[in-house]
Amino acid sequence: MQPVTLQDEAPSVSRPLVYRTKLPVRIWHWLNALTIFIMLMSGATIFNAHPRLYWGAYGANYDNPWLVIGRRGQEGFLRLASLEIPTTGFLGYTSQSIKAFPPLVTIPNYYSLAEGRQWHFFFAWVLVISIAAYLIYALVSKHLQRDLLLTSEERKPSHLWHDIKQHARLKFPTGEAAKAYNPLQKLAYLGVIGVLIPLVILTGMMMSPTLNAAFPWLLEILGGRQSARSLHFLCATGFFAFILIHVLMVVLAGPLNELRSMITGWYRLPAERPEDRP
Amino acid sequence: MTLISRRSALVGAGGLLLAGCDRITASPTVRKVLTLGEKATLSGQRLVTGNALAPEFTRADMSPKFRVNGNSMPGSADYAAHMANGFTDWKLEVGGLVARPLTMSLAQLRSAPQRTQITRHDCVEGWSAIGEWTGVPLALILRHAGISSQAQYIVFHCADDFSGTPYYESIDMSEARHPQTILAHTMNRQPLSVAHGAPIRLRVERQLGYKHAKYVMKIEAVSSLNGIYGGKGGYWEDHSGYQWYAGI
Repeated sequence: MQPVTLQDEAPSVSRPLVYRTKLPVRIWHWLNALTIFIMLMSGATIFNAHPRLYWGAYGANYDNPWLVIGRRGQEGFLRLASLEIPTTGFLGYTSQSIKAFPPLVTIPNYYSLAEGRQWHFFFAWVLVISIAAYLIYALVSKHLQRDLLLTSEERKPSHLWHDIKQHARLKFPTGEAAKAYNPLQKLAYLGVIGVLIPLVILTGMMMSPTLNAAFPWLLEILGGRQSARSLHFLCATGFFAFILIHVLMVVLAGPLNELRSMITGWYRLPAERPEDRP
Repeated sequence: MTLISRRSALVGAGGLLLAGCDRITASPTVRKVLTLGEKATLSGQRLVTGNALAPEFTRADMSPKFRVNGNSMPGSADYAAHMANGFTDWKLEVGGLVARPLTMSLAQLRSAPQRTQITRHDCVEGWSAIGEWTGVPLALILRHAGISSQAQYIVFHCADDFSGTPYYESIDMSEARHPQTILAHTMNRQPLSVAHGAPIRLRVERQLGYKHAKYVMKIEAVSSLNGIYGGKGGYWEDHSGYQWYAGI
């Protein structure tokens, strides 16, 4: 049976299966997906213990937060500097909870800072070890150089602009071009691998008073422990945004075909659109 | 028809998923595996940190107001009596695996060699406050009492309690011997207030706030934490499952 994809509507010309994703990349992808979900959800539990963020070295109840998730009676809100956004039913107050993040999105699914920390710090090791292994593999196998880094052609602003327009029209590469990642896709993946994951690890480490003693210069660079905590939260927000867009793109590009390629490695090239043909 | 069955399938699947998550988080095996993370963190952090000092700050960096947390007033009659006479009759007991068990008055502690440090206090909840602490290095007191080489942990017995269960904490010898580990009697150049742990509070600067025992009455050198209160090395460790190693 043919997998059902959006491209199935286009007349099919030649649609070979190609081996697109190697086993180490697939293993890392799923392990990392599990890890990121557990980190976001156990991190939400930890955030619930003190749902306020500050800049600088110190910050507690008497100091000025730049972000608060709280409630007034039965009304939840998120306050960004002086801008207050009502969030009743989602954040700060729901019918099940008076915590910043409701139990539906936390690990464990009740408030336990101690258990949230156990999960977070166990999977922190999984995250560190798996990204290190992946990066070594990506460098040695040239996966990074071949598949992820932008070619000199792709780095041209006009090329990027064309790609942005194609994305906005939901026109994804077809035929031979679909064998490789497109430039925006490369930038998104590089952003996660090269920026978000390293930064979330470093800011997490710099919330540790013991590691502050070991690497005081790193704490200085990040602007102090409460700044590190704020940046850690912003990284988490970045992961959340990435997941939303990533899943949306998978759905638009043909979810069964995309899932198959990330599970088995085999990907059916999308058919060329009639207007793209010479 | 399809819509309803699809919706109920979704609800059912969601319920199963949640129930599955519940079962996973409650499983004793899973909990045991997760504690491996704590062991790895302790070893890894000790390896890269060694004896390095926690960052120290200047008076300009201090929190305008230092938040009080945990107990702010021990309930015992003994403590009330000590508080009433300004802790003049109070004595710190030092015992356990030491050659010369001893007691020290607040005046003796104040006249011993001192260390002053402006450090950041990090609560396990996530907030931080910077304050100035003056006190006697714990290592000096332990040496004075002739600490045995059998000692693996120092236990701090406190005057406060939660619903009748006494507070206590413990640290290992590597933290106990660290130069910034002090028994503080002075905070922000004032005698330590009752809310912050008078007459003395432990400062163990590379660990989270719950290790910084307030209202310390007795310190005891032991070879194992087994049999001491709940056996996990601290009030929060025994009763809420907090990690004994609080370096992160």
